[in-house]
Amino acid sequence: MSEPVKEVGSVTSIYSEHEEWKVNMGDATVHAKRMPGRFRTLKYITESLWLFFFVGAYLRWNGKQAILLDVNNRQFHIFNLTILPQDIWMVSLLLLLLAMTLFAVTSVASRVFCGFFCFQTAWVDLFTWIEEKLEGNPNKRHKLDAAPWNAEKIRIKLTKHAIWLLISVLTGISFTIWFEDAFVYWHDLTSFHLSLIEVTVLLAFTLGTYILAGFMREQTCLWLCPYARIQAVMADSQTILPAYDMQRGEPRGKLRHAGKVVAQQGDCIDCFQCVQVCPTGVDIREGQQLGCITCGLCLDACDSVMDKIGRPRGLIRYASLDELEGRPVKKLYQHPRTWVYVGIILLALGGIIYGLNHLGALTLRVSPERQPLFVRMSDGSIQNKYAFKVLNKTDKDLNVKISAEGGVKGQVLIDADKPQLIHHGKASGFTVFVKAPEENVKSEVTKLQFRVENVEDPAMSAEYNTVFNGPKR
Amino acid sequence: MSDIHNSAGGVPTTGHVWDDDLADYVNQPPKWWMLGLTASAIWVVVYWTMYPAVPLAMSGTFFEGVGLPGSGKWTAIKELAEDQKVLDDVRKPYEDKLKNMTPAAILADEELSKYVERSGKVLFSDNCGGCHGQNGVGTEQVGAKFAQREQGLMAPRLNDDDWLYGGTIDDIHTSISGGRQGMMVAHKDILSAAEIDTLANAVASGNPASTPLFAEKGCTACHGADGKGMAAMGSANLTDKVWRFDGSLEGIKQTITYGVNAGDNARVAIMPNFTAAGKLSAVEMKKLAVYVYKFGGGQKAAPVAVEVAPAVEAASAAEAAPVTAP
Ligand code: SF4
Ligand code: SF4
Repeated sequence: MSEPVKEVGSVTSIYSEHEEWKVNMGDATVHAKRMPGRFRTLKYITESLWLFFFVGAYLRWNGKQAILLDVNNRQFHIFNLTILPQDIWMVSLLLLLLAMTLFAVTSVASRVFCGFFCFQTAWVDLFTWIEEKLEGNPNKRHKLDAAPWNAEKIRIKLTKHAIWLLISVLTGISFTIWFEDAFVYWHDLTSFHLSLIEVTVLLAFTLGTYILAGFMREQTCLWLCPYARIQAVMADSQTILPAYDMQRGEPRGKLRHAGKVVAQQGDCIDCFQCVQVCPTGVDIREGQQLGCITCGLCLDACDSVMDKIGRPRGLIRYASLDELEGRPVKKLYQHPRTWVYVGIILLALGGIIYGLNHLGALTLRVSPERQPLFVRMSDGSIQNKYAFKVLNKTDKDLNVKISAEGGVKGQVLIDADKPQLIHHGKASGFTVFVKAPEENVKSEVTKLQFRVENVEDPAMSAEYNTVFNGPKR
Repeated sequence: MSDIHNSAGGVPTTGHVWDDDLADYVNQPPKWWMLGLTASAIWVVVYWTMYPAVPLAMSGTFFEGVGLPGSGKWTAIKELAEDQKVLDDVRKPYEDKLKNMTPAAILADEELSKYVERSGKVLFSDNCGGCHGQNGVGTEQVGAKFAQREQGLMAPRLNDDDWLYGGTIDDIHTSISGGRQGMMVAHKDILSAAEIDTLANAVASGNPASTPLFAEKGCTACHGADGKGMAAMGSANLTDKVWRFDGSLEGIKQTITYGVNAGDNARVAIMPNFTAAGKLSAVEMKKLAVYVYKFGGGQKAAPVAVEVAPAVEAASAAEAAPVTAP
């Protein structure tokens, strides 16, 4: 047989490329080194925001859970605010707002979310921190992984996984209690009275956390996360991100014995510190790449190296492509892409503010009877039937008074004199008839506005525009 | 042998080469894929035994009684029954209550009357809508299609406040459970054409008593001295704006001439006796009475609350008019 042909320039030559691919396939666990530094500290601070996830659900407000996303009863409680399904459009605006914030931030400074705020990287950071406490530094961890099983290894591994599982269970519980009363849930949990769905959610989140943060780690960012896949379209040459200054660093070379840097050598001393600290195992010196979550940890590492060899910091630094390639660097406000995102953010924000101001405590819907549109009564008058639905968003039952404006001269509202009881937190329905003398019904449809108001508090009211139907003229 | 370009090195191919260098590897499928295939094959067998895969005349499934949990048990009809049971279980507490209540008591109970209003729609459409129309709007019998029996409404409208036999909840219930049959003699042999003409004109004007013939010819015996009808007899109110039959002058003449349920060319107005027909249960008839009441009739004199109806009696009796009851 012929020896493998080196086919340069032909289609199949992509096969020979694979030797050069440097993709972290997850076959070896990345044991990253922890080095102190600015970004490390920043990461600890931003990650600790997630503590709110664990404790926030226990906040009480007026004797109830302050933030309760009560999906079962289809209502969200946020302090004094109750959001019912009718207002759900605001939640979609909120989601839009959050997505656009993410987009805007990405266009300015790349994957800030990934590196500093994402639950995946935060939990991984916590899990590996525990790993380091139990198993030691990356070298020791690699050795331990390769070592044969013995009592000591089993003890260490068992402890680690037990703690991981404990955190996972706690994560599952903490997630669930945002959706139902936290204290009731704990009571049900400790007395083994969880419903099937609660058990499923708990199991799913426990296993999810354990597997994603304990085992899949950076693989999640590489292959699972949709944001990681799309974030590139929000970034451009003006976006700043952790980058290796090739002009300054190359040609890289090892320090000579005496600690001297050889002349015409770049600043990079090829010490691999930046690779060792990287939680996703990438080599930033090869340029911006999918694996980089822009956590800035390699900046810390390289800065400490530069300090040691007496070179200026910033061989790896937050820089835009424009800056690195020597093009003029535009100001932040000269970034149209960001402005588009900010524009959408403002629109969404405006919608939410409008919505919150127009939530109202009462909502009225009136549907006129369609079959028949009207009924001729024995005295010749025309009667219309209306199905009322009044939604009471307060937390108390109340009585409403019904009135009408417009419509036909001489019309009578039947049942309007009697206040209607409206239960809180849901829609109450009742029927109202409107009767008018036929000679006053001037057209087939006459505009009519209904109004309901709280008997005790007339300021709390709601209107609905509908029509009074009559015979053809 | 064909020369195999295998730039990935070492992996055997099927030996076929197209377009110079295109070849198929003979790699084994991945293990997870093989496992999935095997699992699917096992699942086919399990599913086939549990599902009624082979329909038989009697049992519906070949593997009935194989012993696997659920095997041979599932049928679409059973699933339907289970689904219906869910509904029935929800309704049961209400239906149980309805059994021992009078229609008036049901009407007075806000929750139950709401239940009836919502669950009565199908009942009404199936049993009543054919003649009375959806939602009781009435069914007009006019036009070429009804040339033989053109008489205006086939059956009375139920959502107005005009009742032939009374519009209280009990009256309505009586009409449903006992049926009604309109009666009016044909006057073609009693009255002259001129007299019929005079009477018809008076009726059309809304004031039948304006002609002395109304009393002289005995119309008052059924329709009352003032022409307002009598609920006890089901005679129509001739003074109001609601017409049981065709309200044109020609139509009125036709009704007077040939009567109601009185043989040839007569108007037809028969409400079946639903108790005798055996089609509706006692509870269903009660529900229908409440359902019909809630269309909005029976409220004329004093506006009556929709949910609770204490003032029913006042509203109705006096109002009965030219309609044969439901
Ligand atoms: S840490 Fe800095 S000096 Fe060391 S290899 Fe990385 S880029 Fe070069
Ligand atoms: S390359 Fe640097 S910034 Fe990117 S993930 Fe690795 S350590 Fe973080």
